[in-house]
Amino acid sequence: MQITDETIDYVGILAKLELSPEEKEQAKKDMTNMLEYVGKLNELDTEGVEPMSHTFSVNNVFREDVVTNGDDRENMLANAPEKKDGAYKVPRTFD
Amino acid sequence: MAKAYETVIGLEVHVELATKTKIFCGCSTAFGGAPNTHTCPVCTGMPGSLPVLNKEVVNKAIAVGLATNCTITQNCKFDRKNYFYPDNPQNYQISQLYYPICRNGKVEIEVEGKKKWIGIHEIHMEEDAGKLIHDPYTDSSLVDFNRSGVPLIEIVSEPDMRSAEEVIAYLDKLRMTIQYLGASDCKLNEGSMRADVNLSIREVGAEEFGTRTEMKNLNSFKAIARAIENERERQIDILEAGEKVVQETRRWDDTKEYSYAMRSKEDAQDYRYFPDPDLVPIIISDEWLDDIRAKQPEFREEKKARYQEEYGLPEYDADILTGTKKLADIFEETIALDANPKKVSNWLMVETMRILKEKEMDADDITFSAKNLAKLIKLTDSQAINSTVAKEVFEKIFEDDIDPESYVEEKGLKTVNDEGALRSTIEQVIADNPQSVEDYRNGKEKAIGFLVGQTMKAMKGKANPGMVNQILKELL
Repeated sequence: MQITDETIDYVGILAKLELSPEEKEQAKKDMTNMLEYVGKLNELDTEGVEPMSHTFSVNNVFREDVVTNGDDRENMLANAPEKKDGAYKVPRTFD
Repeated sequence: MAKAYETVIGLEVHVELATKTKIFCGCSTAFGGAPNTHTCPVCTGMPGSLPVLNKEVVNKAIAVGLATNCTITQNCKFDRKNYFYPDNPQNYQISQLYYPICRNGKVEIEVEGKKKWIGIHEIHMEEDAGKLIHDPYTDSSLVDFNRSGVPLIEIVSEPDMRSAEEVIAYLDKLRMTIQYLGASDCKLNEGSMRADVNLSIREVGAEEFGTRTEMKNLNSFKAIARAIENERERQIDILEAGEKVVQETRRWDDTKEYSYAMRSKEDAQDYRYFPDPDLVPIIISDEWLDDIRAKQPEFREEKKARYQEEYGLPEYDADILTGTKKLADIFEETIALDANPKKVSNWLMVETMRILKEKEMDADDITFSAKNLAKLIKLTDSQAINSTVAKEVFEKIFEDDIDPESYVEEKGLKTVNDEGALRSTIEQVIADNPQSVEDYRNGKEKAIGFLVGQTMKAMKGKANPGMVNQILKELL
């Protein structure tokens, strides 16, 4: 499967990435390779096989509804590029 | 000649589940904490953090699904919905697309005596986003992640509603059912219940649906009704002008009573849903379902019938009392304290309703306790206070949940049953009002009412009215 220029532009928009013409060419090649690799699966007959989302046969992993975390705001905000009044400060965002 | 149009409405209702902790981490869901004090690496999307599902979220989602006649998906999963927005730190929302926990439900509504079933397409579990506050000083946005990861269910209806009245009846039914389950408090004004309205118009008799719009930011039943009316007219105007309705999301401004387009579906997000690899499948056994079924509470219809049968209440009263879980709870808790059901009903139906209406409050805003209402009823039963004083005391109970026994004691509001004191006051009233006395003696029965009133006034409302009447008649 070939990745077209349109696809790269569209994926770029979705990922909010601005790619230079060289980067676009490289990304096109990389993505084509990846799809070809995964495309091998299409050679298999999967008739009647349930789709799976996990490779482990584990299910029903739960927590009880008990508060275990306290106020750790200072540590949490230590990761923020910018902060103000106990909140993360980001560029003005419209609804 | 104007064409006849039909409004077709479907609803997406988000409900915040009343769990103690968030859906995927042990942070508190308590409302109103200082910004970012209920956050951790999981609900702020830190790389490497892993979500673990809160079992109570599944329990509550199943309970709502069973109560709305849904089929429960016994093998369900979570998916990622990808989008960039600063209120969503992971850049994806954990939601359910492929295997929502509930499907194919229905609830019955009644509008103007006509019953109708509204289909529920699905109910899925997902996480709430954070909150953005605009900071005018720096012209930036401040993000608070306290709400990020609070569990939600989204209830998606079929496009089965045809009017604002049906929409409100449907929402009311959902709200009541979910409140009775204790799954959420469902407050529209606080955002624990949010409704998005999908609306389209078609000519009466048409088979195909028209192009729909989605309306957001509806914070009250009144706003929903106004927005539906407004959007219906807007779409009809467009069609009448020979133009086409654009499929888009619109935001309702209730103070200005109009809506504007937020984003059209043409530049709609491509959410690229895929199964969340961090969360394992949920297998819901028959035993698990039976267990939840056995724990389902008594719902409104059953309660209403029981109130009529067990307590002999009129249907109208039973209807109002069960109209919100809050009222039904106070009613039952007060009765449990040995108060007479009819008297409790009376306080709730008359005085409580009057004050609620006066203060433009909802029953959900009631803060007084059953304990103090029961004490008040005992005070009136023992004739320690008369009904006028009781109403006054009740207002205090309603406002501040005061203890009526100590309040009555402190303010000296006990009914005066002392015949000597009553007699001397009445003698004075008779002496002061010769005209009324004469009117009464001349056969004007009503004049006695004035004299009773004067006596009560002189006794600051604390006289035993039966005794006042009796002594007055005797002295006249």
